[in-house]
Amino acid sequence: MKVKVLSRNPDDYVRETKLDIQRVPRNYDPTLHPFEVNREYTRALNATKLERVFAKPFLASLDGHKDGVNCMAKHAKSLSKLLSGSCDGELKVWDLTKHECVRTLQAHEGFVRGIVVRFCGTSFFTAGDDKTIKQWKMESPGYGEEEEPLNTILGKTVFTGLDHHQKDGVFATCGQQVDIWDEQRSSPIRSFTWGVDSFSAVRFNPVETELLASCASDRSIVLYDMRESAPLKKVIMTMRSNTVCWNPMEAYYFTCSNEDYNLYTYDMRFLDRPITVHMDHVSAVLDVDYSPTGKEFVSASFDKTIRIFPKDGGRSREVYHTKRMQHVICVKWSADNKFILSGSDEMNIRLWKANAAEKLGVLTPREKVAVNYSQKLKEKFQHHPQIRRIAHHRHLPKSIFHQTKELRVMKEARRRKERNVRKHSRPGAVPVVSEKEKHVVTVVK
Amino acid sequence: MASPGKASVSDSHVGKKKKPPARYWQEETDGEKKGAEDGGRAAEEEPRTQKPKQEEHQREGKRFISGKSDPFPGPAPIPEDRLQKFKRKEKTKKHRRQHYKLRDIITRSEEASEMAQKQAARFDILLPEDAGFLEGDEEEDTYTISQEDIADAVDITSGAKYFNLKLSQFGPYRVDYSKTGRHLLLGGRRGHVACVDWQSKQLMCEINVMESINDVKWLHSETMYAVAQKKWLHIYDSNGIELHCIRKFNDVLRMQFLPYHFLLATASASSFLKYLDVSVGKEVTAICTKTGRLDVMCQNPHNAIIHLGHPNGTVTLWSPNQKEALVKMLCHQGGVRSVTVDKSGTYMVTSGMDKKLKVYDIRALKPLQSYFLPAGASCLSLSQRGLLSATTGDVVQVYKDVCNTPVTKPYMAHRVRGTAWGLSFCPFEDVLGVGHGDGFTSMLVPGAGEPNFDGLDANPYRSAKQRQEWEVKALLEKIQPELISLDPCELGQVDQATFQQRHQDRVQALVSVWKNLIVLLDT
Repeated sequence: MKVKVLSRNPDDYVRETKLDIQRVPRNYDPTLHPFEVNREYTRALNATKLERVFAKPFLASLDGHKDGVNCMAKHAKSLSKLLSGSCDGELKVWDLTKHECVRTLQAHEGFVRGIVVRFCGTSFFTAGDDKTIKQWKMESPGYGEEEEPLNTILGKTVFTGLDHHQKDGVFATCGQQVDIWDEQRSSPIRSFTWGVDSFSAVRFNPVETELLASCASDRSIVLYDMRESAPLKKVIMTMRSNTVCWNPMEAYYFTCSNEDYNLYTYDMRFLDRPITVHMDHVSAVLDVDYSPTGKEFVSASFDKTIRIFPKDGGRSREVYHTKRMQHVICVKWSADNKFILSGSDEMNIRLWKANAAEKLGVLTPREKVAVNYSQKLKEKFQHHPQIRRIAHHRHLPKSIFHQTKELRVMKEARRRKERNVRKHSRPGAVPVVSEKEKHVVTVVK
Repeated sequence: MASPGKASVSDSHVGKKKKPPARYWQEETDGEKKGAEDGGRAAEEEPRTQKPKQEEHQREGKRFISGKSDPFPGPAPIPEDRLQKFKRKEKTKKHRRQHYKLRDIITRSEEASEMAQKQAARFDILLPEDAGFLEGDEEEDTYTISQEDIADAVDITSGAKYFNLKLSQFGPYRVDYSKTGRHLLLGGRRGHVACVDWQSKQLMCEINVMESINDVKWLHSETMYAVAQKKWLHIYDSNGIELHCIRKFNDVLRMQFLPYHFLLATASASSFLKYLDVSVGKEVTAICTKTGRLDVMCQNPHNAIIHLGHPNGTVTLWSPNQKEALVKMLCHQGGVRSVTVDKSGTYMVTSGMDKKLKVYDIRALKPLQSYFLPAGASCLSLSQRGLLSATTGDVVQVYKDVCNTPVTKPYMAHRVRGTAWGLSFCPFEDVLGVGHGDGFTSMLVPGAGEPNFDGLDANPYRSAKQRQEWEVKALLEKIQPELISLDPCELGQVDQATFQQRHQDRVQALVSVWKNLIVLLDT
């Protein structure tokens, strides 16, 4: 007879010395691993719950301004520097690693309306309510030297916004009209007007570097090409936009933050309807900034909260608020995609984590694997009701919670009324207007 | 998915003319395209067996300097049956009207799943052990070969796995092996309980509980076990210390432990089926089955459903979420004596008072085979590799491959010293443990055990530290009892029923509104 009985050599299965790692032989046969879906679901549930447990996004508060923070600028080359300008004309340069202010200078009398760092990182420009644009050196002045701007340009009207070109020595300001300036000249090389009396923000497109967008007070967003002599086109909406921000990865998408509590992402080629309407704030949205990956953006609102939206999602994935943070005026997403900076009108700049449950610092390879695994599990089971309920749950301040409910009731009432009117009138008399088209009045070329 | 594999290997510029890069509108030759795809996939995969194959992929479709072409182009083929073993679901059919994003997500996830299945199938080659076998000579029938002959013919460690424990004082013994197969629990009718590491013959504990014992069962690891004593259910530590006496569970006749749910299911003489969560110590449900004394019980390891056999010939299937049986099957003309289910949850083998042994397909609920045994089988057990052991009185018979093909003669047979009372295959060994009136016999059954265990699931060679880590992870992924149902993959499917129901409700609402409108317009 031929016989073989299963006999294992323990030397193959047990480690040789205490200093070795344990041996773990693997067999991926599915019958040895029953209940795959259920176990993965339980792991996903645990991962979601732990994410909520570890979601502590607030990192630090940068204290020092004597008036509300009006605008901020990221350093073009360094991740640890931040510039902020306040409503009393003071400009501070912060070191984010030490949470300290390293340099203070009195930039303007009146509000500092815009700060932008030149692409090379050696100097920066500020524009203020005293009708001046000043260029400053990035290095602090040496011992005994006074803080002096490199260059001062006097304008005729108040400037309300400032942005610099990505590659050339050209910058744009907006006030009563949008001007393009050359750094060496003291008068604008080109001015764009379109019958509007004031503009609130101007931005250069980071990808198609010759394009600009600006928000005008006639509830419109105007697009320009620097090489042309007249503006390209504009889209007029139902309410005014406060700021506009271009998507750093997609050349033709920009997002504007509007007074009607929403943000709109437009494709600049098709301005007749927005690509997405982002609805979640309960008060006017004041500022918006994209993440360097282009997949998400952060918005600051008058309702004392910051929200992070996915670029194609109508609802926010995250909301940050603190009892001490009042109306948030400006917000920036750091260039390493990890941090969010918010400046509010109670004179503080707050540093937040972009992913609230992320562990900062260097992760060991096992930690990275575990993080990736739980991320994938959460993604896989995100639509299951229990997991969705836990993942979406956020604590909101009472005022905002009640305000959202109230807004929902109001919207529902309006919708019901419109439905009733349509039901009781001639078919076709009241056309169905989609949510996206509702907010655009017209596009003018 | 461009072919990074092709690009990552540095172009050997020798003898090659520089081609302009291929554009997407230009047709590629089939072979090159296939080589590019496979090369891409190979470059992405965790290379364990891929490094020699990668070169093959790059060269596929290209000529070598010598002018010869690759005799084995493309990746190594995977045998179809091995691929079938790892196959999960069929690909979902995509509607034309689906959103393009959804279609994209589904396609991508299915591609990733297929790749994972192929990788797992390829990894099968690297499994270290092979299953056992017993083949007789030309006229010799394998069931005539005695255990002593087998023990002499194999090596000394395997020979030591055949042993008898003479324990005639304390009554017929119930047997249970722990999930890793390392530890053995013996419970005698008259109160003797012993737990042993049977491979090293080390006695862990031995106590007499001074009461009659109906059943013994290991809990999740070798640290705790449950003993169903005459009155109540007791839980002991592996040192023999009594940890709990659970008075709510009275007159327990049979127990089954569901390892991934940490549930101990108990069947009592008063026809109650009760579930106890051993991690938190709470009774999950108590189901009054109203079917009389429950002394035939087994679990389906694939979906954690409990099978109960009844004296009227029916087998009923229970889950803790329903107060009624999920399925009631009439299996035998007399009472059911024993039930067992295989590890993949496909086949159920039952034996009854009508001396028949029947095999059912439990997923389709259809009878497959029916055998006549001259004396009926009092205990049944299925091994990990599909061997069935059946005992009648003091004879133990093992049948090979009972479920698929009709079987005419047993694979092995052995006579034990007393009437067999408990039967259990050892999980990763070629061993069958029989508890009988004269003690315990461990017999060799070549080909019964799964040769390759998974270290992360049940590792017979784990250290105490590994066991503790495993226990924590197992507790974290403990499945809630609400998820126990006939189809364990229910969570992975779209809930069409609820969607249809909601859709119908909406349609009904709209229809009624329309009807009211018509009535209003008419009047």
